[in-house]
Amino acid sequence: MDSSVLFSLRLSLQVALVATVFVMVAGIGIAYVLALKQFRGKELLDMLFTLPLVLPPTVIGYYLIVLLGRNGLLGNYIYSWTGFSIMFTWYAAVLASFVVALPLMIKTTRAAIESIDKDLINASYTLGHSALATLFNIVLPLAKKGIIAGAVLSFARAMGEFGATLMIAGNIPGRTDTMPLAVYSAAGSGDWSKANLMVLFFTLISGSFLYVANRLGKRFV
Amino acid sequence: MGLAVKLQKKVSGFTLDVEWEIGNELAVIFGPSGSGKSMTLQLIAGLMPPDGGRISSEGKIFFDAEHNISLPPQQRRIGYVFQDLALFPHMSIEDNILYGAKGIEKSVRDKRLYDIISIFRLDGIEHKRPGEISGGQKQRVALARALIRKPDVLLLDEPFSSLDTSLRADMRTFLKDIRKEFNLPVILITHDIFEAITLADRVILYEDGKVIIAGKPHEVLNPEAMPECEFPLFFSYMLNRGFF
Repeated sequence: MDSSVLFSLRLSLQVALVATVFVMVAGIGIAYVLALKQFRGKELLDMLFTLPLVLPPTVIGYYLIVLLGRNGLLGNYIYSWTGFSIMFTWYAAVLASFVVALPLMIKTTRAAIESIDKDLINASYTLGHSALATLFNIVLPLAKKGIIAGAVLSFARAMGEFGATLMIAGNIPGRTDTMPLAVYSAAGSGDWSKANLMVLFFTLISGSFLYVANRLGKRFV
Repeated sequence: MGLAVKLQKKVSGFTLDVEWEIGNELAVIFGPSGSGKSMTLQLIAGLMPPDGGRISSEGKIFFDAEHNISLPPQQRRIGYVFQDLALFPHMSIEDNILYGAKGIEKSVRDKRLYDIISIFRLDGIEHKRPGEISGGQKQRVALARALIRKPDVLLLDEPFSSLDTSLRADMRTFLKDIRKEFNLPVILITHDIFEAITLADRVILYEDGKVIIAGKPHEVLNPEAMPECEFPLFFSYMLNRGFF
């Protein structure tokens, strides 16, 4: 088999996995705050985190360039201090996947946490447990179903990420061409046999992943 | 000894403004829905911040608006039994009870768990989940969980409301025994006048966020305590005001 196909496949899985881990950590934290804390500007914050769901991925990619590009608002400082720029690396692909998948994680986890009876959380407090202990002992176990669903959706979204990745990671063969980008290149250059192979692979992998996730989801209910 | 409470709290269109004090006795807060009974318990437990006032138990200050003191619920050592009991559905009965034993040394904790399982007649169901036991058993688990770390105050928010009549009678007797076992101030919210009369050492009558009268049950739940009505109009008066 074409080694570039295998590379793209491996890169896609790697990017999606790493992005999902970060998405889960950040998403659960943000969802917890949005679900249980009351503060000013909460809905504005929620809107900000949901925005990537409705914006075209290219717009998100554009924002990321403005922010983290070598001359970007933050990227400028990072580059002058460390000589490193995230642009056109596989980390950029992870970042793009992270930003577009995060809202899915936040939405499902927030809904799951909000559906927990508030008295269960209050009971934990009156029994002497801190907010953090309550998070791990009560909130997360009871929101497990929503968290798993959120993680599965996020992984699937990360695997399929195209627009924002193209903008900030580029489409560099052997470096940043994840599967969706490689399919785009193959189809664009008329390499149909390669495109067919990758599309088949992608469909099989995503399909079997969803199957396993559904089975796992049922077992956890 | 006991619990001294002075509270002010304003929430959309409702003002709670109450002051009362009890010893190591069972006090029933009695009053119509929406008179601020549950809110009082939440404020005492620290689950909601009061706007003003002071809450103290045995010299320990839980809340004092004047001196800007407000202990978090974790530090108030209050046993709280919620209206819907709030048992953790993903934990066994034993784990539910042990969850209330935080910070107790293991050997003491194991002994206490053993004692409490026998006092609360929970032998044989320790490893079941809350969804697998009866309403009366759930009630006793919730009480056991609230009492295992020997709190300074016990708050019961209509804990018997979901039980049928015979189980309620059982639980009343049981609560009286428990009261003797654990010598502490207990506050019970109920809509049931019979419960109030039979259980209470003291009755605090609430209406519209205020204490109308407080005292011994036969003094409070008595027509003479309500000068504007005469027995037997007393019960219809209470009925009309939505007390039961």
